[in-house]
Amino acid sequence: MSNQEIFVQTALEVLGDKALSSQSPYGLLTIEVPAEGIVETVKCLVEHPVLRMGFLTDLCAVHYPEDPGREIAVVYHLHSLPNNFRIRLKAFLPISNPAIESMTPLFSAANWMERETYDFFGVQFTGHPDLRRILNVDHMDYFPLRKEYALEDETRDDKDDKFFGR
Amino acid sequence: MVKMADKPDGYEGQGFFATSLDKVIGMARANSLWPLPFATSCCGIEFMATMGATYDLARFGSERLSFSPRQADLLMVMGTIAKKMGPVLKQVYDQMAEPKWVLSVGACASSGGIFDTYSVLQGIDRIIPVDVYVPGCPPRPEQIIEGVMKIQELAKNESLRRRHSEEYKKMLESYNLT
Repeated sequence: MSNQEIFVQTALEVLGDKALSSQSPYGLLTIEVPAEGIVETVKCLVEHPVLRMGFLTDLCAVHYPEDPGREIAVVYHLHSLPNNFRIRLKAFLPISNPAIESMTPLFSAANWMERETYDFFGVQFTGHPDLRRILNVDHMDYFPLRKEYALEDETRDDKDDKFFGR
Repeated sequence: MVKMADKPDGYEGQGFFATSLDKVIGMARANSLWPLPFATSCCGIEFMATMGATYDLARFGSERLSFSPRQADLLMVMGTIAKKMGPVLKQVYDQMAEPKWVLSVGACASSGGIFDTYSVLQGIDRIIPVDVYVPGCPPRPEQIIEGVMKIQELAKNESLRRRHSEEYKKMLESYNLT
């Protein structure tokens, strides 16, 4: 067994029945985990003596409008620096109440990444110390990366559709 | 060789030259515009070439860039202005003293350009008045110089009363500027 395979096996063992499904697209181990107790789940991987997934590379979200009840996927990329091994965790939330625990108690780096995810997808991170918009204007009243809105700026009135093939 | 600006029309005789105050002041303003470069993207790179030795904007009396709006005459907006940058740009314009001119360089500053999206201001004329637009994506330095020369023409021919006129005040009010 290669090191990579050993780590994959260990990670699945550590997660146990929290690993709802797993696959490895493009060689990156991707595991779906329940949204409840996400911090506890990640903590298992961080504090495991072999895995030591101590680095949160990225935290973001994806909108899957065609999947009712689990439209918003919150994605965590973890990296084990001692092992050079990466895991991607996905937790699905309903768009009616996209709330999930904040990762800030475990990773300070999650602070701004969660603000960005809130800014663009409206994910409510419970326990976040300062959950407000970070990149968009403060008075914006929607979450622009949800697949509910036209890509073009709708405040624009100087465009004649016949020149743009619409 | 030092190139001098042409003298304005007037009456000339032995030992005297008479012309109108408008013309003298216009000439002085047009040939000593202090630009404030508000460069946010690739148009800013073209502006750097414009200020460099080859194109040399200094030939038009604009060698002194002002990085404080308070001493600037000409606001050159070069590049994409995100909506979040909008209030900053407006404040910079507001801090400039009259008389002031605005040059919008490139497609993004003039209309949002290719960035037809929620985060980009669709033209700076939505928040501040613009005197001259320079098209291009990005425009060549020759085009930017053309734009500055158009501003020079405006400065040269502007009536001294224009900035006190009702129309001008109304125009500022329409932008919520006082």
